[in-house]
Amino acid sequence: MSTTTRASQDRPRIVGAVGTSVTHDSASLHVNGGAQYTDDITEPRGLLHAALGISTHAHALIKKIDLSAVTAAEGVVAVMDASGIPGKNDFGAVVADDPIFSASVVQYVGQPIFAVAADTVDAARRAALLAKIEYEDLDAILDADKAVKEGSFILPTETIKTGDSRSALRKSKHRLSGRVLLGGQDQFYLEGQIAIAVPREDGDFLIYSSTQHPGEVQHAVAHAIGKLSKDVVVECRRMGGAFGGKESQPALFACVAALLANKTGRAVKLRLDRDTDMIVTGKRHDFIIDYDVGFDKTGRINAVELTYASRCGMSADLSGAINDRTMFHSDNAYFLENATIVSHRCKTHTVSNTAFRGFGGPQGMFGIEYVVDEIARHLKIDPLDVRKRNFYGIDDRNVTPYKQKIEDNIILELTEQLEESSDYRARRAEIRAWNNNSKILKRGIALTPVKFGISFTATHLNQAGALLHIYTDGTVHLNHGGTEMGQGLFTKVAQVVAEELQIDIDRIKITASDTSKVPNASATAASSGSDLNGKAAQNAAIAIKERLVAFAAEHFGTAPDAVVFENNRVKVGKQDLAFAELVRLAYMARTSLSATGFYKTPKITYDRSTFSGRPFYYYAYGAAVSEVIIDTLTGENRVIRADLLHDCGKSINPAIDLGQIEGAFIQGVGWLTSEELWWNEKGELKTHAPSTYKIPTCSDLPVDFRVTMLESAANREATIHRSKAVGEPPLMLALSVFHAVKDAIASIDGYEQSPCLNAPTTPECILHSIDELQSRMTSEERKTG
Amino acid sequence: MTDTIRFVLDGNVVTLRDVDPTRTVLQYLREDRQRTGTKEGCAEGDCGACTVVVAELSADRNRLQYRAINSCIQFLPTLDGKELITVESLAADDAQLHPVQQAMVDCHGAQCGFCTPGFVMSLFAVYKTQENPSRKDIDDALAGNLCRCTGYRPIIDAAKKMYEYGSEISSEDQHWMNCSFSSATENAIEPSEMMTVELLRSLAHSQTLHVQHGNKQYFAPTSLAEFAQLVEKHPDACILAGGTDVGLWVTKQFRDLHTVLYIGNVRELHSASVNRKHLDIGAAVTLTDAMPLIIEHYPDLEELFLRFASPPIRNAGTLGGNIANASPIGDTMPVLIAIGTTIILRKGSKTREIALDDFYLDYQKTASKPGEFVERIRIPLPGKNQCVRTYKLSKRFDQDISAVCGAYALRLKDRRVDHVRVAYGGVAAIPKRAQECEKALLGKEWTEETVRAGMAALDTDYSPIGDMRASKEYRQLTTRNLLYRFWLESSGYEGETNVYNYSR
Repeated sequence: MSTTTRASQDRPRIVGAVGTSVTHDSASLHVNGGAQYTDDITEPRGLLHAALGISTHAHALIKKIDLSAVTAAEGVVAVMDASGIPGKNDFGAVVADDPIFSASVVQYVGQPIFAVAADTVDAARRAALLAKIEYEDLDAILDADKAVKEGSFILPTETIKTGDSRSALRKSKHRLSGRVLLGGQDQFYLEGQIAIAVPREDGDFLIYSSTQHPGEVQHAVAHAIGKLSKDVVVECRRMGGAFGGKESQPALFACVAALLANKTGRAVKLRLDRDTDMIVTGKRHDFIIDYDVGFDKTGRINAVELTYASRCGMSADLSGAINDRTMFHSDNAYFLENATIVSHRCKTHTVSNTAFRGFGGPQGMFGIEYVVDEIARHLKIDPLDVRKRNFYGIDDRNVTPYKQKIEDNIILELTEQLEESSDYRARRAEIRAWNNNSKILKRGIALTPVKFGISFTATHLNQAGALLHIYTDGTVHLNHGGTEMGQGLFTKVAQVVAEELQIDIDRIKITASDTSKVPNASATAASSGSDLNGKAAQNAAIAIKERLVAFAAEHFGTAPDAVVFENNRVKVGKQDLAFAELVRLAYMARTSLSATGFYKTPKITYDRSTFSGRPFYYYAYGAAVSEVIIDTLTGENRVIRADLLHDCGKSINPAIDLGQIEGAFIQGVGWLTSEELWWNEKGELKTHAPSTYKIPTCSDLPVDFRVTMLESAANREATIHRSKAVGEPPLMLALSVFHAVKDAIASIDGYEQSPCLNAPTTPECILHSIDELQSRMTSEERKTG
Repeated sequence: MTDTIRFVLDGNVVTLRDVDPTRTVLQYLREDRQRTGTKEGCAEGDCGACTVVVAELSADRNRLQYRAINSCIQFLPTLDGKELITVESLAADDAQLHPVQQAMVDCHGAQCGFCTPGFVMSLFAVYKTQENPSRKDIDDALAGNLCRCTGYRPIIDAAKKMYEYGSEISSEDQHWMNCSFSSATENAIEPSEMMTVELLRSLAHSQTLHVQHGNKQYFAPTSLAEFAQLVEKHPDACILAGGTDVGLWVTKQFRDLHTVLYIGNVRELHSASVNRKHLDIGAAVTLTDAMPLIIEHYPDLEELFLRFASPPIRNAGTLGGNIANASPIGDTMPVLIAIGTTIILRKGSKTREIALDDFYLDYQKTASKPGEFVERIRIPLPGKNQCVRTYKLSKRFDQDISAVCGAYALRLKDRRVDHVRVAYGGVAAIPKRAQECEKALLGKEWTEETVRAGMAALDTDYSPIGDMRASKEYRQLTTRNLLYRFWLESSGYEGETNVYNYSR
């Protein structure tokens, strides 16, 4: 693995310089149990524990709510439903369609109707089960198929059109159409949703929330309790995983805790148990994807029409932006000259689906990758050749369906490097031969590329703030609007500041995200955390540094450019003093040692009304080769080797970036293989705990796992130290596993026909696909025989 | 009779009285002791964030035996007489990290860190019991710990690297943790561990522990006679062994267990022996201890046992509990039925032996009478030329519950089926033999034609239902296909039939 650091060679370096693999800032606390998550914070005096009362019907009118038994239960202090909300009964992130408590109609199994606060967690949870709620059932739409048929949409259908796909399809020599189903995914952060609301004087509130978006929690809580933003402070030191699941969802739980705290005057903690968490909170959108593609005999696409219908659930939440991103990634790395991309945002009576690493992008890519694979199998060409044939060009064929010109395309060179290093061609040949001699087990291999757009597509979100203090002993207090969910953002931003001030990273205190320190911060999402907050913090550091330079130049009578910061010291002409000494002198001379920093992403301009412009500052690239083995009697399957090559630009911290690549890949493998969400006909989710919902374990990591970061791949754009965002893009490298499974299934027919394969590829799904292919083989035989 | 729970934590004896006997170790740690390093991730023993290590005196009472368990479903009184080790216990007095912890830091083994204390404790158990774990050993040891961030590679690296710090970290005062491999190797016992041994010896007693709390009571007798008496006296009591299912009744279903009878301290039920005819396993023998004995005679069962839940569950759970619990999806029953296992049921001083096959009557309904309990399990040794296999199908390789679990015992004579037993889990309300299938096979030549007839008969034997683990159709199809796989493997097919051989 190429995780070597690029630390410069001659001059002595600070600890934690940019480009070095320093460990996560909380690493020691993680391993000794000292890292405080929200549930670990010392509980305020008189703390109450809350529990939710939730709907057991998918779509029904609430005829009567009888909470008398709940109120009378042992240990119960307060009970609250919609009628008791002093402010707005809504926590919707974008559209006001997400009630905190449903009052008259429930729209999914699990929708909160009331909450109870009691002396203990156990008392609250037991009491919540005692409510008597009478429902009158209404017709429920549980899947996207029915929603499309009935025209049930949460947001208007959107279309991106480029060229003329209709006539180009008609003119195409080859044409294929079909449908593929793609399952959703639970975030399964190990730390469940949690919030603590602590009443302060004058009706103010301090909220501890496990959230990617403290600012949104602040606004939602203020609205719910009928206050203003100034009255609420939200703090989050770290989350025990989030993956998008804590972007919009935490607002609900913070609102409930705050409402009960507001009512009782006591601090209230709402910590969801795992089952409630999985039932109540949104997941990755599942999709039905229809395609119609025309292509030439070499596999080059002339025209494609893709229709993406996603199950958004009962409210809009972030579904608008998520489905936009699906459309923006329905090209993946391929030039689509004539394309019509339609996106249906289906309203269903299921939990409102939400952000999850990739934010709709993975589903967009899944569609086009499926199409490309179908083309290759139809033409009996290696799918890799069809992929390469359709790649975006450098000087031509380089404009996306949304009219962004791609200026940083490295996909072909990256793919060819991986093709060679993974020995793809020889292995494909060897696998074919092996499959001929193996009756029961079959192997498959696939290489898939990733091109992922970096920036929030809502342009205004691409801004960030930071706050930096330097104390007189030369140590630094660092704060910024980003949140830490394990991705190492706090460490990377501290490295940026350490580098800028040329001080060791342990001189910098990394502090909790706090709405009173940095206001109006965007969610830490869209892989943008380091790009945005790194730059903002760097700007704050530069601001103070400039003051220190001006002071030093004046104090020592030198030119400003003779002031050089290096390795915890400052050279001022011939003087050489410790950083802390300069700070002390500057303080004595009344120099401000506190600064804010601000950053907004340049170059992005985008008009959503036409879906055109430059939504993305740049793209991150990667590719993966996966090899799998399947059992044709049972559908059991294993990934036996994976080779990943990913572009992180110039990495700020190679160890952390490597962790993102590997972790995202395995998470993507889970999404596409074992993680099956299963609802019954009543709309009840029956996979709501790790006993029934299966994320990958240790043994699911391929025994042969080769991960490489692209060498010397500086970002062409002037991002923070020329690095690239890495949180989401590598998740989509897992598409190679799906296609390797498909390849293995295709072998049972000697690669004559293409299998129909949906995701996730559970053993059952694979066996079903084999069955279907075998029945086609039999009917072929019948025809020819 | 004693009313006091005593266990060791960080070198001190903790004594507790009048506690809710179904309070979990995790609740105790987090809520009563503010030791928040141990986390709750699922409260059902499936994610491992709550993993702690429990040390007990070894059989010779001279050493400690370290076992990782899930504290979220372990009831507090079961700690009596043991040492509890949590993530906070590991660092030395001067806060220097334990080798396991240092390796996790140096390998970047934590991202969000929430699962990390659990991984640290599982690795600590490995560190104390294995010297040079292979990738397979590591996978097995960590099968009960979920990490959603790292993809596991750096944790696997840490599991290999942790042995490199042994000498570096040991300090003069020899924190008791710093003695590696103490129970695995011939090394002299460290003074600090010796101290714990002494403490545990001092806590050992042969009295019945009786914890009373409001209207809840808990008995942990130490003799079989006393236990049998209590079961007779409290026929509605909950018999608790490992608690790997009972724990969930409390944490997930909020059931109030008024009387709990703990089997885990009953001396006689911890014994396991083998004679010429069978293995005889006491009801309190943990799965971890029972499985190697069975594998010794039935090596083909190793994969099933490794895929049975996770080490923390197997460390707490018992074979007797798995059988008595009568779940239709318990993993051991199909094969135990196929090989003709019997169980000894006891009521008071009377015992009777019953075929496991006859024990299960209907969904979670068994042939045991009020006041009766499973005392021992008798597993016949394999007969000559007997071929035994069991196959488990689930969405995930490790720590998953079977969609279908098939088991087969076959003996051929002159190429004809002389003896055959077929049993499945997951396809009926109980683990059940496939009698029509057996009829279709018995006496026939062991050919593809025969097995096809057997496969068809399975449709008569079972009418499975569909649920979140698998559809009815998948269960039906694979019930047949697994028999076909068995035929391949028992009739000289030379190709590969197991994908897992390619991933370990």
